Amino acid sequence: MNEIILVKNGELALKGLNRRNFEDMLIKNMRLRLEGLGTFDFSSQQSTVVVTPHDDVTDMDEAFSRICKVFGIAGLSRAASVEKDMGVILRSTAEYLNDRILSARTFKVNAKRSDKTFPLASPEICAQVGGYILSRYQHLSVDVHNPDLIITVEIRDHAAYIHGNQVKGAGGMPVGSSGRAALLISGGIDSPVAGYMMAKRGLALTAVHFASPPYTSARAEQKVHKLLQKVAAYSGRIVLFTVPFTEIQEQIKDNCPEDLFTLIMRRMMMRISQIIAADQNCGALITGESVGQVASQTMPAIACTQAVCNIPVFRPLIGMDKDEVVAISRKIDTFDISILPYEDCCTVFTPKHPRTKPTVEMVEKAEKVLDIDALVDKAVKGVKMKIIHAYKTDSEDDYE
Amino acid sequence: MCRKDVRQTEAYFDNSATTKPCAEAAAAAEKAIKEVWGNPSSLHRSGMAADDLLTLSRERISARLNCSPDEIYFTSGGTESNNTALRGAALRLKKQGNKIVSTAVEHPSVYETLSDLEKEGFEVIRLKVDGEGKISEDDLFSAVDEKTVLVSIMAVNNETGSVQPVQAAKRAVARAHSPALIHCDAVQAFGKMPLKPSSLGVDLMSISAHKIHGIKGAGALYIRKGVKIAPLVFGGEQENKLRPGTQAMPAIAAFGAAAKALPDIEKELASAKELRDYMLSLFEKIGGIEINSPADALPFITNISVTGRRSEPMLSFLSEKGVYVSSGSACSKGKRSRVLSEMGLSSERLESPLRISFSRFTTKEEIDCLADALKQGIEYIRPSK
Repeated sequence: MNEIILVKNGELALKGLNRRNFEDMLIKNMRLRLEGLGTFDFSSQQSTVVVTPHDDVTDMDEAFSRICKVFGIAGLSRAASVEKDMGVILRSTAEYLNDRILSARTFKVNAKRSDKTFPLASPEICAQVGGYILSRYQHLSVDVHNPDLIITVEIRDHAAYIHGNQVKGAGGMPVGSSGRAALLISGGIDSPVAGYMMAKRGLALTAVHFASPPYTSARAEQKVHKLLQKVAAYSGRIVLFTVPFTEIQEQIKDNCPEDLFTLIMRRMMMRISQIIAADQNCGALITGESVGQVASQTMPAIACTQAVCNIPVFRPLIGMDKDEVVAISRKIDTFDISILPYEDCCTVFTPKHPRTKPTVEMVEKAEKVLDIDALVDKAVKGVKMKIIHAYKTDSEDDYE
Repeated sequence: MCRKDVRQTEAYFDNSATTKPCAEAAAAAEKAIKEVWGNPSSLHRSGMAADDLLTLSRERISARLNCSPDEIYFTSGGTESNNTALRGAALRLKKQGNKIVSTAVEHPSVYETLSDLEKEGFEVIRLKVDGEGKISEDDLFSAVDEKTVLVSIMAVNNETGSVQPVQAAKRAVARAHSPALIHCDAVQAFGKMPLKPSSLGVDLMSISAHKIHGIKGAGALYIRKGVKIAPLVFGGEQENKLRPGTQAMPAIAAFGAAAKALPDIEKELASAKELRDYMLSLFEKIGGIEINSPADALPFITNISVTGRRSEPMLSFLSEKGVYVSSGSACSKGKRSRVLSEMGLSSERLESPLRISFSRFTTKEEIDCLADALKQGIEYIRPSK
């Protein structure tokens, strides 16, 4: 008996001629995500991908939990792959699902026979497996409408698969199938959630972070690394660009009206991010903005930052309440990191009374005193790059 | 995680957070790991050797407190010592009264333990402090009454170095005919000023190893002979059943070695004072630096505010220069120091505190580095509004 993982494609099945491409992408993503856990075979049959480990000793708990976070999957289950022999199937069902059978009060059996040469038809398989289980477990009864446990037996071409209840997958589309976009990440609660949401729609992520040492500390950068590591469990590896931002912030503070500080700063961030985006083949920017959340995220304020952008800016949180965003950040495990109390570039020099109804003309006039091109150019030249993996950390390497 | 890019020349002024383990401590820990690694409770020779080392460490620490070795109980550190002392005493004496007297400037491991006891029905009086961070003896006398079962006063404040009149507690308890036990958090004082629990009149005293160049993971609670407190942990005979569990021998051996290596305290105090005065003279030349610690603070700890420069950027600026200080407590994003607030400091000063803490290894050259870096920081960092 071998343990395998059965992966049901999500929206993929709907995508006509592109299906093959999407499926290849999904398999590639799963392969990358399982790196470090051993070698796996991937074979697709109908709308199912069968993931088979080469090694008996593979950590299947870890493999399964990693695949649960891969986008483009509707549902998945761990299954026993056994010889297509009714005696073997019966014994393996009781053995493999023993723990789950003992934890259930009611059950039913599903059978799917795609190999029509198998001597028993689906209803007969159900009857035999059901009868066998009932005879061995006195506490169980059959409930075909609302069972605690659904035992599924699939008779495929090469083997029979036995599994219990299917788990819901991460949904969405395979990362990369929609292209790539650049995520502006500060260290707060919103931006990691925004990145997660767009990765779910099939976007690969590049990240841009603005650091203002000494106003922001090394801890703040470390926090961004940790956040991206959590997001990368869903999006796959992320290349992070850290932009030196101190001089720009100081220039704005020294030369521009205080109440427009944040807006002018955000426009600078957009300009710099667009240059990095173009260089990295990103077709859009992603931000964690939500209408009205803070002064720089009112509709007129967003209009001012939007005005310097010539590629789409995706704002997946735009219509969400804070508690909805927090719920997602808890789900993807970024919340506890986000609330660590380090100053980030968005809170440095924050004006006491920022303007909530600015106009583009007003902001353009106010920032005219800055040598915008030179500042942007210098910041872009000083960018540092780091690759963030979900499951590989460099702590061990750092340790001397 | 240790960082590769740490500078070669470093000036370490965060000795109230932790100190560098001294060579004696490191050697003792290594010996306890490589040679004397037995369980001190085992009956065979290997265990006996470990038990001898445990006894030796206990003796070395008791010698520094001028107390008897059997008055020393090993714990995992200052926080556990404080928790054990407060909870253990409150639990033991709760039938005799429900009042606890302490101060508003205690370390969180005392402050929050008392808040928790408050939830369980104890009445906690937290004495206010003056502009120098000190409680008044009069307040102490009027707060302690016959219902008081516990008095807890720190010897030296961890953020400002202010020295409290701990010795007044015994008189207050006697005068009120109170059954109270007296606890003193001496984590910052141990090894840095003369400290004798019996002459201070305290029943319980907390100390920690890694503040005196030991290693992390060991501390001790002094419990005066004859005093009984309730244990918080059960399941073994170790530490006279007060703190069961196999002792952390490497850390405890290092604690003993570090205690033995402590030099003459009066002499150290004098040289720390000299260094502190030198530092203050440099600060005066720089200008824009206000001193939050009182003049008679323990000279090892100095709290300053740098006018208009918030702590966090200054701290990272200094850190990049290889100069390590602390802001005294987590003060980012509007969280201000409770201790400095209680002293009534202006809001500008509360935005920008830095704690500079010396050890006996601190040098004049390091202080020059600090003053130099501070000066650069003041020039570099834009004033906050």
